[in-house]
Amino acid sequence: MQERPDLIVCEECDAVHRRPLLKQAEVARCLRCGAELQRNTGKRLQRLLPLTLASLIMFVIANSFPIVEIELQGLTSKTTLMGAVIVLSEDGMSLVAMLVAATTILFPLMQLLILLYILLPATHDVHRPGVRFLLRLIQIVRPWGMVEVFLLGVLVALVKLSNMATVIPEVALWAFAALTILLTVVVSFNPRYLWQSLVIVPGQPPSEPTP
Amino acid sequence: MTYEADLHAPLAQDMHKHSDAGAELTFVSAATSGLCACRHCGTVWQDVVEHDRCEVCLSPLHQRKIDSLTRTWAFLIAACILYIPANLLPVMVTTTLLDQQQDTIMSGIIYFWVSGAWELAVVVFVASFLVPLFKLVSLIVLTVSARRRSSWQRLQRAKLYRLVETIGRWSMLDVFVVSLLAGLVQIEGFAKVTAGVGVAAFGSVVVLTMLASLSFDPRLIWDESDELEVDGLDNAVSAVQLTKNKDSND
Repeated sequence: MQERPDLIVCEECDAVHRRPLLKQAEVARCLRCGAELQRNTGKRLQRLLPLTLASLIMFVIANSFPIVEIELQGLTSKTTLMGAVIVLSEDGMSLVAMLVAATTILFPLMQLLILLYILLPATHDVHRPGVRFLLRLIQIVRPWGMVEVFLLGVLVALVKLSNMATVIPEVALWAFAALTILLTVVVSFNPRYLWQSLVIVPGQPPSEPTP
Repeated sequence: MTYEADLHAPLAQDMHKHSDAGAELTFVSAATSGLCACRHCGTVWQDVVEHDRCEVCLSPLHQRKIDSLTRTWAFLIAACILYIPANLLPVMVTTTLLDQQQDTIMSGIIYFWVSGAWELAVVVFVASFLVPLFKLVSLIVLTVSARRRSSWQRLQRAKLYRLVETIGRWSMLDVFVVSLLAGLVQIEGFAKVTAGVGVAAFGSVVVLTMLASLSFDPRLIWDESDELEVDGLDNAVSAVQLTKNKDSND
């Protein structure tokens, strides 16, 4: 088995291309199917750590405070995301509760914590325990984090409720909105490119040519 | 955009050569030329034998996803079966002082439409009804055509697969709406919302169709069109289309 650092293979159609030398902010696309082959990550990689930290802070706020409060004839009720999950499991819907908890709490948190661990300068080394495993894990988890879908769900629920009760948005709603924006930037970074920046493979051309 | 002539000269030459030939670009697939790309880190390996692992990320190397079509079929059939209870059973039960109301996915959409919030009716209709149906139909078309090794509309099918992967997650919308309402509307003796059985079926449909699209291998769409020339690797390696990434121009 022998490495071919001069070649790149399209993930979606298996066409072989010569590995291009990408300049700042350039993206190489497959000529056959148009899929992204490689991207010059440039400064986006440096921005990833602060964005991950900001997302983690927003994540904590979004999950510690109530999302909305409703008022109906003087009676009020409010819930956090975790509270909704607990109510679901108490109502005998534990599978749905697990699905909601996994896609809105567990998987996004896993993604952020793994990114934090990998990107922290002290651990910037592939030979540290678990880095390879965690990088593979983050790629498996990536399609299953659904914070942005949850935010849209909250908005739909609010409109539904506004007909029968007074709806008062709480702190966590804004935190979820901010978290969605931050996560969109963080998650849009394909973890595959982390391999190229972390793992130094002999013979591999630099992903960032010096101008 | 313009390129530095020296850096990209070989690419330009390649392009020129291909257009001179007057034919379509020829592509060589990794599978037919003895190469294997790691699905996690993208490193390309030559002369891979069975049970080899990628030396960079230590994940097992496979030419194609294992049993791709069989797995996709299994998930699809399960999703199709659950699609029926997902649409017929109530997803939400609202109990108030006066009565008890059971809502299915469709009746929720109709409620929005009738009460004047037609924008939301459209959003929920697309996310909860059209997207799952579109995903099921598209994946069936993709799987059948891949199994028959059809050469019909390859590029369009590749694009269809990409679309299915992008929009699939949004059908979780109704699961989240019901979950939040159930958690929120808990005013004892006055109004109470509980999740119905339908939401479990609906959530399963979403998860199963996502699993189906994850186990489908888009490379199967292209498999029969590859040139079977192993020696031609160096000649057929094609140029790459470069585009400037607009959102990070700094």
